[in-house]
Amino acid sequence: MEEKRRTRRTLVAIVGAAMLVAGACSSGQQAGKSVTVIGTWAGDEQKAFLAMVKPWEDQTGNKVKYTGTRDINTVLTTGVSSGVLPDLAGLPGPGQMTEFAKAGALKPLDSVLDVNTYKSETAKALVDLGTVDGKLSGVFIKAAIKGLIWFNPSLHDYTSAAPKTWDELKSQASANKGDAKAIWCLRLGSGAASGWPGTDWIEDIVLRQAGPQVYNDWWAGKVKWTDPKIKTAFQTYLDDVVANIPDKTEAVDPQKDFSGGGDPLFASPPGCELFHQASFITGLGAFKAKKAGTDYNFFPFPDIDPQFTGAVEGSGDLFGMFHDTEEAKSLIKYLVTAPAQDIWVKAGGALSANKNATSYPDDIAKRSADLLANAKIFVFDGSDLMPKAMNDKFWTAMLTITKDPSTLDATLADLDKAQTDAYKKP
Amino acid sequence: MTAAQGARRVVAVEAKQSAGGTLLRRIALHGTLVILMIVWLIPTVGLFVNSFRPPQDINSSGWWTALFPPENLSLDAYASVLEGTDIASGFVNSLFITIPATIIPIFVAAFAAYAFSWMNFPGRNLLFVAVVGLLVVPLQTTFIPILQTMAGFGITGEFLSVWLAHTGYGLPFAIYLLRNFMGSLPREVFESAYIDGASPVTAFFRLALPMSVPAIAALAIFQFLFVWNDLLVAFVYLGAVRPENLPMTVQIANLVNQFGGGIELLGPAAFISMALPLVVFFALQRYFVRGITGGAVKG
Amino acid sequence: MDPRLGTALIVLFGVPAVIVGYIYATEVLLRGAPERLKPRVRPWLWLAPALLFLFFFLVWPTILTIARSFQGQLAGNWVGLDNYAWFFTSGEALVSLRNSLMWVVFLTLFTVGLGLIVAVLVDRVRYESVAKSVIFVPLAISMTAAGVIWRYMFEYQSPGSPQTGTLNGILTTFGVGPISFLQTQTLGLNTLFLILVMTWMWTGFAMVIISAALKGISVELLEAARVDGATEWNVFRHIVFPLLLPTIAVVSTTIVITALKTFDIVYVMTNGNYGTDVIASRMIKESFTFGQLGRGSALAVILLLAIIPIMGVNINRFRAQEAIR
Repeated sequence: MEEKRRTRRTLVAIVGAAMLVAGACSSGQQAGKSVTVIGTWAGDEQKAFLAMVKPWEDQTGNKVKYTGTRDINTVLTTGVSSGVLPDLAGLPGPGQMTEFAKAGALKPLDSVLDVNTYKSETAKALVDLGTVDGKLSGVFIKAAIKGLIWFNPSLHDYTSAAPKTWDELKSQASANKGDAKAIWCLRLGSGAASGWPGTDWIEDIVLRQAGPQVYNDWWAGKVKWTDPKIKTAFQTYLDDVVANIPDKTEAVDPQKDFSGGGDPLFASPPGCELFHQASFITGLGAFKAKKAGTDYNFFPFPDIDPQFTGAVEGSGDLFGMFHDTEEAKSLIKYLVTAPAQDIWVKAGGALSANKNATSYPDDIAKRSADLLANAKIFVFDGSDLMPKAMNDKFWTAMLTITKDPSTLDATLADLDKAQTDAYKKP
Repeated sequence: MTAAQGARRVVAVEAKQSAGGTLLRRIALHGTLVILMIVWLIPTVGLFVNSFRPPQDINSSGWWTALFPPENLSLDAYASVLEGTDIASGFVNSLFITIPATIIPIFVAAFAAYAFSWMNFPGRNLLFVAVVGLLVVPLQTTFIPILQTMAGFGITGEFLSVWLAHTGYGLPFAIYLLRNFMGSLPREVFESAYIDGASPVTAFFRLALPMSVPAIAALAIFQFLFVWNDLLVAFVYLGAVRPENLPMTVQIANLVNQFGGGIELLGPAAFISMALPLVVFFALQRYFVRGITGGAVKG
Repeated sequence: MDPRLGTALIVLFGVPAVIVGYIYATEVLLRGAPERLKPRVRPWLWLAPALLFLFFFLVWPTILTIARSFQGQLAGNWVGLDNYAWFFTSGEALVSLRNSLMWVVFLTLFTVGLGLIVAVLVDRVRYESVAKSVIFVPLAISMTAAGVIWRYMFEYQSPGSPQTGTLNGILTTFGVGPISFLQTQTLGLNTLFLILVMTWMWTGFAMVIISAALKGISVELLEAARVDGATEWNVFRHIVFPLLLPTIAVVSTTIVITALKTFDIVYVMTNGNYGTDVIASRMIKESFTFGQLGRGSALAVILLLAIIPIMGVNINRFRAQEAIR
């Protein structure tokens, strides 16, 4: 009995002491107002974002409280229903943005930003994507261009004579393969989002093979997956790309992250000759430590059908406002300006949505940005625009057919079935 | 049985033990255990070794290749984690969140467990089984209504919201565990107390509670572990409003960007985070092993 | 000094004090009541704080979830059993049902079985607490860390390249593989591998509880049997095991429910691809990724229904236990 009482007293003492230590060690509250922000950026992206907002903090004396989370869908969906939301948030995509706006959770930004300046500094497609029912609900603070073909100049330098058409690409790639294990590097893994690099491939092909009209109808659910035009795109991917990769199992491994997909370019002997990825790959994997231009370079995705020349697929990071406090308004106004976006651009691996941000760290970033800004035909990442359920099935479909190309017809039929359900109005 | 007979029995038993533990038997016993221990340790050892290696090495060769001879091992990743992030304040937050969230459920559950064990009332078993059944409720389904109410009271973002939430979420298991233990305590002890005129309150504090210390310690460990390692509940209740209150688990998860970059930092972070729960486990170990259901098995 | 410390200490010592005070207060209150009434009212007074917490945090949201399961994507749009029909007619339903069943059966079998074996064996060696700690450590590791640990275990590199994953490293040394474990769909093997990860974490839980119960068995009983000539196996089968059965039932119930709820391992390692999806991970996806709260709620209700048989077993067990007591 005595021992038990003594033990209990010791436990209470330890617990109390721990809390006192905790209290003594931590600091108190901050002075100045604060803005809460939630996004998907973590690790070094988080650092880049915090660097981006620092000038605003210094200027206004306010503090940005940013947290990243992988569960952004849960947090925001729960938040919109419960009313517990951050001031600003990096939105998962245009689809969710529309949902949140229609639910009345996202505040319109027309009176917050100088809309005319924003419209003149940003590509029309991006402005339109952020508009719901005529009101500006989301703004892009970062952009990327998809479908660049990366290569290692020491294997073969395409800088001076990049292939202009897909057929040229095929013949040149075989001719210049050298001792590389295969023509294409391919990695679809990305944790819970595995498969998305494959969707980029299909989108790039559909855009240049069937044209922007079909492309836009397709992600809007008006064109079936089994439609011959779409099926041909898939077939091209399987016949020309998947047939020429080193290892199918590795390509579809959900734990082998796409960010390391380009690493074989730098191995000796090279694992592959070419790598298809977006502009932000320069900040990831082995690219990060290599020198732009000398160790790696890119040429844009070649045309397939000459009538659709100059087509470009891009994507971006959307931002929205849930609480229109003065500080939140001031922050989001700042985030769309060129000086703000320049900070991330300079850090590397990002392009800006603002045409006037020009602090490119190297020539490669500059060329990517020019391609984006001067695109004759610009479309947004199709899978990001599809309903989430359709998008998810698309990702999975890419894994299935890449692993086993003979399942193409069955997979497309499945996608059609999912399409009927996913595009139904609630 | 006389004392002499008893002594002879003991001697016989001892003789049997040392002889009957044949070499083969002993080898099988120790062999099985050692193999199990190795198998259990290998995954963690892999992470431990990799936490000292640079990312390029981790991606190109297995962790065992860095052992003999040891090459390229450094504390760089640990330094990155400790210096590059605000993990100290996260640790403090974790303490703030975990300690009350461990202690409060124990109190609430203890009284309920005693009522379920030693008080008779109609529908007792049915109600108990319903409480245990609540173990299956997926936490995500509870967030929206709870958040709405908490927002109404203005406690979202405050530690209080997480303390209350973890209490609610932890009660089914706590009551299950404690009731099972309390219910197996000897009936005679309580009966004689009641005969002596003790009220249930006295019986609880003087008999049930002291005899249940092992079970309570065990519950404390499990609850501490669960709350310490929790990520989602803390984020949902605190993240949108007061991110400065978020526990260490959030900071650790955010060492890795959304494309998986920085994953070499998760190893060091995991070991840093594991330290305290293990200390708690070792400290309370002696109560722990003496019995969650001790006495449930009567000779 | 951190201002949050004040609140924390107040709550830490205050709430327990309030609860204890409440119990004493009810006892004082009851003194005035008629003798007959006391034992009928008192249990409910003691249960009240717990029941209040449970109701607010678990019961009421569940009632709302059940109601939500009969509504469509937009709240308030009543669709009857449509969501349930949708699930059972969707092709993936069978796969996730099969996988959830696999989880329930195999996770329980492995963790309880291994936990029992270890508890029994470890009882006879001197390094008992070391061995127990080794088996217990995985439980202390957070899910994030466990994901990374098993990534290093399961990792696959194309044949010919040096292997970075432990298991493939071992296999290739013997000339087998490498195998992409998480992509191997035949016989649901990849689900089995995911279950292995969870087993690694939860065997310690089963072991500790069973070991504690084991220590409660009187030594004299066992020795008497051994002296009378019983083999170790018979001692285990006829004395130890039956006495452990109630504990095994408690552990099994807890683990069965854990198996039903598991989704993070599946989500983090495969996202349900390659036929590894389970009901719980589908539920999260439908509710929060696709915004289909009606369908997600229906899946949550299916989980709730799945435990009814388990609860039935438990009720019978309690009734039997009380009859002996």
